[in-house]
Amino acid sequence: MQIARVIGNVVTSAKDPGLDSRTLLLIQPLTADGAAAGKPLVASDSVGAGVGEHVFFVRGSEAAFPFQPRVVPTDASIVGIIDHWHAD
Amino acid sequence: MLLARVVGTVVATRKDEKLVANKLLIVRPADPHGNVDGGYLVAVDTVDAGFGETVLVVSGSSARMAAGMKDCPVDAAIVGIIDAVEVHEP
Repeated sequence: MQIARVIGNVVTSAKDPGLDSRTLLLIQPLTADGAAAGKPLVASDSVGAGVGEHVFFVRGSEAAFPFQPRVVPTDASIVGIIDHWHAD
Repeated sequence: MLLARVVGTVVATRKDEKLVANKLLIVRPADPHGNVDGGYLVAVDTVDAGFGETVLVVSGSSARMAAGMKDCPVDAAIVGIIDAVEVHEP
Protein backbone atom coordinates (compact mmCIF):
# COMPACT_ATOMS: atom_id res chain seq x y z
CA MET A 1 0.00 0.00 0.00
CA GLN A 2 1.11 3.56 -0.58
CA ILE A 3 0.46 6.96 0.96
CA ALA A 4 -1.26 9.55 -1.20
CA ARG A 5 -3.11 12.84 -1.05
CA VAL A 6 -6.53 13.28 -2.64
CA ILE A 7 -6.20 16.12 -5.16
CA GLY A 8 -9.44 16.00 -7.12
CA ASN A 9 -12.62 14.38 -8.35
CA VAL A 10 -13.29 12.49 -11.57
CA VAL A 11 -16.74 12.66 -13.14
CA THR A 12 -17.89 9.93 -15.54
CA SER A 13 -21.39 9.27 -16.84
CA ALA A 14 -20.80 6.42 -19.31
CA LYS A 15 -19.02 3.73 -17.33
CA ASP A 16 -18.84 0.04 -16.55
CA PRO A 17 -21.89 -1.12 -14.51
CA GLY A 18 -19.50 -2.23 -11.76
CA LEU A 19 -18.42 1.38 -11.25
CA ASP A 20 -21.97 2.70 -10.82
CA SER A 21 -22.28 4.72 -7.60
CA ARG A 22 -18.54 4.36 -6.91
CA THR A 23 -16.67 7.55 -6.04
CA LEU A 24 -13.60 8.08 -8.20
CA LEU A 25 -10.90 10.37 -6.83
CA LEU A 26 -7.69 11.73 -8.27
CA ILE A 27 -4.80 10.96 -5.94
CA GLN A 28 -1.13 11.93 -5.87
CA PRO A 29 1.18 9.27 -4.39
CA LEU A 30 3.58 10.65 -1.78
CA THR A 31 6.93 9.75 -0.26
CA ALA A 32 7.21 9.34 3.51
CA ASP A 33 8.21 13.02 3.84
CA GLY A 34 5.12 14.17 1.94
CA ALA A 35 6.70 14.97 -1.44
CA ALA A 36 4.98 13.91 -4.65
CA ALA A 37 6.12 10.51 -5.93
CA GLY A 38 5.19 9.76 -9.51
CA LYS A 39 2.15 10.75 -11.52
CA PRO A 40 -1.40 11.25 -10.21
CA LEU A 41 -3.84 8.39 -10.78
CA VAL A 42 -7.53 7.65 -10.41
CA ALA A 43 -8.63 5.48 -7.47
CA SER A 44 -11.99 4.17 -6.33
CA ASP A 45 -12.89 5.14 -2.77
CA SER A 46 -14.07 2.60 -0.19
CA VAL A 47 -13.80 4.76 2.95
CA GLY A 48 -15.42 8.12 2.16
CA ALA A 49 -12.24 10.14 1.64
CA GLY A 50 -12.36 13.74 0.43
CA VAL A 51 -10.19 16.25 -1.40
CA GLY A 52 -7.17 17.37 0.62
CA GLU A 53 -7.05 14.30 2.88
CA HIS A 54 -4.08 11.98 3.22
CA VAL A 55 -4.99 8.37 2.52
CA PHE A 56 -3.41 5.03 1.82
CA PHE A 57 -4.38 2.98 -1.18
CA VAL A 58 -3.92 -0.50 -2.59
CA ARG A 59 -3.00 -1.31 -6.18
CA GLY A 60 -3.69 -4.33 -8.35
CA SER A 61 -6.57 -6.79 -8.38
CA GLU A 62 -6.77 -6.51 -4.56
CA ALA A 63 -8.26 -3.06 -5.15
CA ALA A 64 -11.56 -4.77 -5.95
CA PHE A 65 -11.71 -6.62 -2.60
CA PRO A 66 -13.31 -3.82 -0.51
CA PHE A 67 -16.37 -3.91 -2.78
CA GLN A 68 -17.03 -7.63 -2.70
CA PRO A 69 -19.35 -9.34 -3.52
CA ARG A 70 -19.77 -6.74 -6.28
CA VAL A 71 -17.35 -7.07 -9.16
CA VAL A 72 -15.73 -3.66 -9.58
CA PRO A 73 -13.16 -3.15 -12.36
CA THR A 74 -10.62 -1.13 -10.41
CA ASP A 75 -6.84 -1.41 -10.02
CA ALA A 76 -6.45 1.24 -7.30
CA SER A 77 -8.62 1.73 -4.20
CA ILE A 78 -8.39 4.04 -1.22
CA VAL A 79 -8.65 1.78 1.83
CA GLY A 80 -7.82 4.15 4.71
CA ILE A 81 -7.77 7.80 5.73
CA ILE A 82 -4.55 8.74 7.54
CA ASP A 83 -4.92 10.77 10.74
CA HIS A 84 -1.16 11.29 11.02
CA TRP A 85 2.01 9.43 10.19
CA HIS A 86 5.62 9.49 11.25
CA ALA A 87 8.69 8.12 9.48
CA ASP A 88 12.36 8.51 10.31
CA MET B 1 -6.62 3.66 -12.92
CA LEU B 2 -5.25 5.86 -15.65
CA LEU B 3 -6.70 8.79 -17.47
CA ALA B 4 -6.03 8.32 -21.18
CA ARG B 5 -6.90 9.76 -24.57
CA VAL B 6 -8.22 7.56 -27.39
CA VAL B 7 -5.85 8.10 -30.32
CA GLY B 8 -6.60 5.19 -32.66
CA THR B 9 -8.10 1.81 -33.37
CA VAL B 10 -6.64 -1.67 -33.83
CA VAL B 11 -7.98 -4.14 -36.36
CA ALA B 12 -6.89 -7.76 -35.95
CA THR B 13 -8.37 -10.59 -37.96
CA ARG B 14 -6.40 -13.31 -36.27
CA LYS B 15 -6.54 -13.15 -32.47
CA ASP B 16 -7.35 -15.13 -29.37
CA GLU B 17 -10.89 -16.48 -29.70
CA LYS B 18 -11.93 -14.80 -26.44
CA LEU B 19 -11.10 -11.44 -28.01
CA VAL B 20 -13.42 -11.95 -30.97
CA ALA B 21 -16.13 -9.26 -31.15
CA ASN B 22 -14.30 -6.96 -28.74
CA LYS B 23 -13.34 -3.45 -29.83
CA LEU B 24 -9.65 -2.61 -29.41
CA LEU B 25 -8.49 0.99 -29.18
CA ILE B 26 -5.10 2.65 -28.96
CA VAL B 27 -4.88 5.02 -25.99
CA ARG B 28 -2.20 7.30 -24.58
CA PRO B 29 -2.01 8.03 -20.86
CA ALA B 30 -2.88 11.65 -20.06
CA ASP B 31 -2.35 13.95 -17.09
CA PRO B 32 -5.36 15.42 -15.17
CA HIS B 33 -5.35 18.41 -17.50
CA GLY B 34 -5.76 16.21 -20.57
CA ASN B 35 -2.22 16.47 -21.94
CA VAL B 36 -0.98 13.12 -23.24
CA ASP B 37 2.32 11.89 -21.85
CA GLY B 38 3.99 8.55 -22.20
CA GLY B 39 3.58 5.59 -24.47
CA TYR B 40 0.79 3.86 -26.30
CA LEU B 41 -1.48 1.08 -25.00
CA VAL B 42 -3.94 -1.23 -26.69
CA ALA B 43 -7.05 -1.39 -24.52
CA VAL B 44 -10.29 -3.30 -24.94
CA ASP B 45 -13.29 -0.96 -24.97
CA THR B 46 -16.33 -1.94 -22.90
CA VAL B 47 -18.12 1.42 -22.82
CA ASP B 48 -18.25 2.40 -26.50
CA ALA B 49 -15.65 5.15 -26.31
CA GLY B 50 -14.73 7.15 -29.39
CA PHE B 51 -11.74 8.78 -31.00
CA GLY B 52 -10.42 11.79 -29.09
CA GLU B 53 -12.33 11.09 -25.88
CA THR B 54 -10.68 11.04 -22.47
CA VAL B 55 -11.29 7.69 -20.84
CA LEU B 56 -10.64 5.72 -17.67
CA VAL B 57 -8.34 2.71 -18.20
CA VAL B 58 -8.01 -0.11 -15.70
CA SER B 59 -4.86 -2.21 -16.07
CA GLY B 60 -3.47 -5.52 -14.91
CA SER B 61 -5.62 -8.44 -13.85
CA SER B 62 -8.36 -5.99 -12.80
CA ALA B 63 -9.07 -5.43 -16.50
CA ARG B 64 -10.71 -8.86 -16.52
CA MET B 65 -13.37 -7.52 -14.11
CA ALA B 66 -14.75 -5.19 -16.77
CA ALA B 67 -18.14 -6.20 -18.14
CA GLY B 68 -17.89 -9.25 -20.40
CA MET B 69 -14.12 -9.67 -19.92
CA LYS B 70 -14.19 -12.62 -17.52
CA ASP B 71 -11.36 -15.05 -18.38
CA CYS B 72 -10.30 -12.95 -21.37
CA PRO B 73 -6.57 -12.37 -22.06
CA VAL B 74 -6.58 -8.60 -21.49
CA ASP B 75 -4.51 -6.34 -19.24
CA ALA B 76 -6.02 -2.96 -20.14
CA ALA B 77 -9.71 -2.10 -20.41
CA ILE B 78 -11.56 1.16 -20.94
CA VAL B 79 -14.22 1.25 -18.20
CA GLY B 80 -15.41 4.86 -18.29
CA ILE B 81 -15.67 7.99 -20.40
CA ILE B 82 -14.44 11.05 -18.52
CA ASP B 83 -16.80 14.04 -18.40
CA ALA B 84 -14.70 16.20 -16.10
CA VAL B 85 -11.65 16.12 -13.85
CA GLU B 86 -11.66 18.63 -11.00
CA VAL B 87 -8.16 19.22 -9.65
CA HIS B 88 -7.82 21.00 -6.30
CA GLU B 89 -4.09 21.54 -5.84
CA PRO B 90 -3.17 23.33 -2.62
